[in-house]
Amino acid sequence: MRRLIPLAALLLAASPALAGDDWVPPVKDPLVLKECGSCHMAFQPAFLPARSWNRMMDELSRHFGEDASLPADKAQAIRAYLTANAGDVVTKGRARKYMQWVAPGGTPQRITENPDFERKHRFPDKVWQDPKVVTRSNCPACHRGADQGWYEDD
Amino acid sequence: MIRPILLAALLALPVAAQAADARRDAVIADYAAQARKADPAFAGFSAQRGETLFRAKWTGGDARTPSCTTCHTDNPKAAGQNAKTGRTIEPVAVSVNPKRFVDMAEVEKQFGRDCKNVIGRDCTVVEKGDYVTFMAGQ
Repeated sequence: MRRLIPLAALLLAASPALAGDDWVPPVKDPLVLKECGSCHMAFQPAFLPARSWNRMMDELSRHFGEDASLPADKAQAIRAYLTANAGDVVTKGRARKYMQWVAPGGTPQRITENPDFERKHRFPDKVWQDPKVVTRSNCPACHRGADQGWYEDD
Repeated sequence: MIRPILLAALLALPVAAQAADARRDAVIADYAAQARKADPAFAGFSAQRGETLFRAKWTGGDARTPSCTTCHTDNPKAAGQNAKTGRTIEPVAVSVNPKRFVDMAEVEKQFGRDCKNVIGRDCTVVEKGDYVTFMAGQ
């Protein structure tokens, strides 16, 4: 019996989704972490459907006003990871709620425009104007576990 | 009397070895070769010109990033913050961040993005070499 308790604890730790739905699977691919995480946090692919990520990778040369072009081999590997772990593919944790708001065939690009995001982020202007925030997509400014897919600390 | 000097030299050695990096030397040598090819009278890179470039204010690029210092702060040894995303930026000064400027593909990618955003055009080879030279001494 003594052995079962650590095992149960391990199972709980390994399945954060059981502990709450303010979680998405974290990015684990080193290339995606590096290339998608140099100018901003490497957002978890579960927040957008695969078709959104395909469009994102098609339009890297005009990426929210930046030329974020990458060598073709790297772009291909990143695209494969993002689409394989997209919200409509993994349907885990918060992804299910986000995907409910995505129009069939729609290819949204901004995670922060999802109604589920907006519903959870109704703050006074002074919160958004904090110098450490800068923009709504700067998740780790407030969510300390954002890199690990945790967004519960609201 | 010789021993303390030797010891001091030994202690200083690993510090110097940490900042120096053959890969960074290769990046600078590559830029120097390009600069000589473009202008046979090229007389070497200048840390001073690199610093001027770093601190200059520009009007041709993105209005949110008029200078290198907008994101990197006035102090290259300090961490910065991306003016558009809020993301923390590791220091650019090599003495505090020895990972800087050791991979030509990375260096070119970053100059490609930042020069367009800050200056509004690609940087020249001399500007890039000057900048790396300045940061290597910081």
